Amino acid sequence: MKYKGITYSYVVYAFTFFLAPLLLILFYSLTASDGGSVSFTLENFTRFFDFSNPQYMKVLGNSFRIAGIATLLCLLLGYPMAYILASLKPRLRAFLSLLFILPMWMNFLLRTYAWMSLLETNGIINTLLSKLGLPALQIMYTEKAVILGMVYNFLPFMILPIYNTLIKLDPSLLNASDDLGASPWQTFTRVTLPLSKPAILSGINMVFMPSVTTFVISRLLGGSSTALIGDIIEKQFKLVDDKGFGSAMSVIIMIFVFGLVALTREKDSEEVSL
Amino acid sequence: MNRRKSRLMRVTSGVYAAFIFLFLYAPIAVLIALSFNESKLRSSWGGFSLKWYASLLQNDRIISALGTTLLLALLSAAIATVIGTAAAIGLHNLRGPFRSVLLNLTYIPMLNPDIVTGVALLLLFTFVGYSMGFSSLLLSHIAFNIPYVVMSVLPKLKQMNPNLLDAAMDLGMKPATAITKVVVPEVMPGVVTGFLLAITMSIDDFVISFFTTGPGVSTLSIEIYSMTRRGVNPEINALSTIMFVVVLALLIAVNLRSGQKGGEMINIG
Repeated sequence: MKYKGITYSYVVYAFTFFLAPLLLILFYSLTASDGGSVSFTLENFTRFFDFSNPQYMKVLGNSFRIAGIATLLCLLLGYPMAYILASLKPRLRAFLSLLFILPMWMNFLLRTYAWMSLLETNGIINTLLSKLGLPALQIMYTEKAVILGMVYNFLPFMILPIYNTLIKLDPSLLNASDDLGASPWQTFTRVTLPLSKPAILSGINMVFMPSVTTFVISRLLGGSSTALIGDIIEKQFKLVDDKGFGSAMSVIIMIFVFGLVALTREKDSEEVSL
Repeated sequence: MNRRKSRLMRVTSGVYAAFIFLFLYAPIAVLIALSFNESKLRSSWGGFSLKWYASLLQNDRIISALGTTLLLALLSAAIATVIGTAAAIGLHNLRGPFRSVLLNLTYIPMLNPDIVTGVALLLLFTFVGYSMGFSSLLLSHIAFNIPYVVMSVLPKLKQMNPNLLDAAMDLGMKPATAITKVVVPEVMPGVVTGFLLAITMSIDDFVISFFTTGPGVSTLSIEIYSMTRRGVNPEINALSTIMFVVVLALLIAVNLRSGQKGGEMINIG
């Protein structure tokens, strides 16, 4: 076996930097250290799932709801965009799809921060609205601003996989459906949509996951009432130094995320499609 | 997709696409406009000025954060490309259940939320008592960049004619030479894609860097995050505008070249 050397040194690396850190999260979440002695405990988990004071479960539920709304909006906005893009001539659509990637090269924090200038009470959008005689928009520091921030940041992750699938659709399938008397709408719902289902699932995955775990978007655009699970995890490590509880929440979020990946992943493909 | 479309349909599509592009580019336009704003306040326009571009060069914090970001991106991408390519070659030739175990392990940092990866690496460094700083940042960036390289190189290995390697060795090459002289050139496009992806991911990262850096070491993202609390310095807007224009120019150049071949976009999404 001529590749043994390469493979083994990589195995060592992967175990050190990919597996060991995750085992450490598990270790910290299940132990309490008192001075020098380390003991097993489930306290971090019972604190999270405390039904007499469900504040943390509420935050988790809220994160799922907000990320879910953002994901749904991305799908509703992104699918038509991917469809329009895919129906253009190859040169034009190649150029336009580059325009979707381009914003990702500008720092994500700065772009999110720029929304403050647009959304705040005396911001650009409200100035324009008042010039048009329309009522002002008051969404800064609310949940709506957080959802907008998520849709803004992760919309390309929904559009690109769907677009990549649609341009590879065999046009003869659509022609066949047309020839057999289906209306354009029937062709869409019975042929195009089912064939783009894997791409929709991967888009949902790629939007929902960063949305549900973000702490940056909620910190910048949301108010104090819109703390997400990511905010709480970040606080445990950066503010109160409670590694055990922070790790327990990381374990919980990881279980949900891998569950979602398992549900939406194609069974037959062993490679992950990004 | 070449179906006849009514005029109305086409106009609606155009308006819709324009709306989406407006949504994506409005904040960028705001940033670029603010970089030319004479006033330091983001809520008022004080006239056109280039002063933030001039003072940018004097701002040591930003320049040093930029240096850290670029050095980190290049180093971590280069190292991750070497390890990732070797890993892909190893993985490609592996059979049995161990292959899928190792493959799934490789993709963990890509599938895991950034916050979990960041926290996990932080725990690793504190657990072994490693002093955090540039080197812990570098190790973390290498770790999360490797999956992107493996993911870019593996498909190229699959496309490669398996007899090429046997032929090289039949003709007397040592396995190590055969890999560097035959396999690596064959999968080079995947290696380059992986390297570029890794650079992009590294520059773009905030969350993992935030958890794995040490005192006194800042990347641009970390610097910007700490600024958002006390108000973003317009010099950062100037720097981002410059970086944006550079990337735009590069993309247009690449697109014009590959456009001739009817190339599709880079598949990041």
